[in-house]
Amino acid sequence: MGGFLRRHKRVVPYLLLAPGLLWLTLFYVLPGIQMFVTSFWSGTLETGYAFALSNISNYTTALEKFAPQFTRSIVYGAAATLLTFAISYPLAYTIAFRGGRYKNLLLFLVVAPFFTSFLLRTVSWKVILGDTGILLGPLKNIGILPSEFQVLATPIAVVAGITYNFLPFMTLPIYVSLEKIDKRLVEAAQDLFASNFGAFRRITFPLSLAGVFAGSLLTFIPAMGDYINAELLGSPQTTMIGNVIQNQFLTQNDYPTASALSFLLMAGILIAVAIYARLLGTEELTSGGV
Amino acid sequence: MAGVAEVGRARPRGTLSERFVRFWNRYLLFIYTGLAIVYLMAPVAVMALFSFNNPAGKSNFVWQGFTLDAWQNIFAVPGLQSAVTISLGIAFASTMIATVLGTLIALALARHDFRGRSTTNLFIFLPMATPEIVLGASLLTLFVAIGTPPFFPLSAITILIAHIMFNISFVVVTVRARLAGFPVHLEEAAMDLGANEWTTFRKVTFPLILPGVMAAALLAFSLSIDDFVITNFTSGGTVTFPMFIYAKARIGIPPQVNVVGTIIFLTAVGLVAVSTIVARRRNLHDEAIARRLLAETDAS
Repeated sequence: MGGFLRRHKRVVPYLLLAPGLLWLTLFYVLPGIQMFVTSFWSGTLETGYAFALSNISNYTTALEKFAPQFTRSIVYGAAATLLTFAISYPLAYTIAFRGGRYKNLLLFLVVAPFFTSFLLRTVSWKVILGDTGILLGPLKNIGILPSEFQVLATPIAVVAGITYNFLPFMTLPIYVSLEKIDKRLVEAAQDLFASNFGAFRRITFPLSLAGVFAGSLLTFIPAMGDYINAELLGSPQTTMIGNVIQNQFLTQNDYPTASALSFLLMAGILIAVAIYARLLGTEELTSGGV
Repeated sequence: MAGVAEVGRARPRGTLSERFVRFWNRYLLFIYTGLAIVYLMAPVAVMALFSFNNPAGKSNFVWQGFTLDAWQNIFAVPGLQSAVTISLGIAFASTMIATVLGTLIALALARHDFRGRSTTNLFIFLPMATPEIVLGASLLTLFVAIGTPPFFPLSAITILIAHIMFNISFVVVTVRARLAGFPVHLEEAAMDLGANEWTTFRKVTFPLILPGVMAAALLAFSLSIDDFVITNFTSGGTVTFPMFIYAKARIGIPPQVNVVGTIIFLTAVGLVAVSTIVARRRNLHDEAIARRLLAETDAS
């Protein structure tokens, strides 16, 4: 065995890759292909399904029928991504540049909440944002807010929930890119009479853009596909494409429509990743991610 | 007045508003960070608080009164114990398998130059970039297509298959990050001293990458035990802990669920804290040895 490996050194990486990549091929690539095939089916669970290319109508029908949900997913996802950026950047900046010996502790505090169940965290927001809850109750009692004011069951609650739940996907990549910056560059700019803000605008921020892009991608993708926040914090008027997909798959058993919808979602994301990989390379994606 | 101005020049104090602005500039970022951490922790605190609630009816949304009842009778809620047991089992199994498969890939990516490296990078990234709902849904279409039972009846096995799948990429990324500054010369030294590949791996490589592997396993475990979306598509009638929460979310979550959530949170935080402390101790220990060796060589 050892002798074989020494003689065929070039085989070693492929042997290491084989089992894991085989698993991903069987249970990631193959299901993707099957989903594509299923999206061209017609028929029902009872009558059986038939494949035909003419069933591309599944896509057009799905797009027409669920256009509002697609739009909402994009709008909510984009709003949540902007918010995570606005919240994360100063946070990541403080930890990277001012954290000192508390750097690791602060990072840990940022990640720690995510050791709790995603669902329980979201339910907690329901308690906090409730119409007479911890936050709104007192404000209503002293008359700052009208008694009919509500956050739950509005788009604001859904976007707030998504923002909260995907925050670390933005904070960590930005932190990683800020941490990598050679602090002497910033000092050099200041020596050359740049103001603090000028040094930030011309040196620090441009150098952290790779992290901002990675973070935006890592936040926007799950945000767009999410349906738990819309389900638990929203109302029937705030459903997103994820709600439709889950409902079509698990309640209506309309696999062809559901597959077409999932595939459209996935296609949009693949395009975004392809553009990213083109512009910034593939190495950043897997090294800056966590 | 002139005196005050003199002092002001020597030691910048300025008016009250100027001092306020300076204080604000200096501490703004820290105040902000504190607020951000409060915001991040608030839902966890609420979850823990409501595990001590004594809800009047089924719904546990309004504070009624303090009780230790839920903590004393954790499994008094029917179905909770089996859901937690199934979740723990799947999390253990998927963590073990995904950690092995992912570590092997990470070793290949970090240590070897081979054709198809950047393609592999992209391939590893894709499952992480795919929304969970698409991962779950596509697996369901596969199981449905080949699944005229008895091939793939949806069960704990299909959940396990799915969890291993989405965990592999996260393990690769975590272990690879730790392999970045790996001291290759230590392996070469072992080989020069006559160790074969297996001995080198066992005695040199593995102990060095172990912290990274442990971190990856912890991450995989927490991802698995918390997964709802993918599990929802691949579970059939099997109820995991997140599935149990979801089912109860509309009619009201019993405080016992908050108890389990709090225990999981504290365990994870405790494990991270312990592993950090152990790693720091080991580093200090190594540094002390290095310093003593240096001192001895200097003396001689």
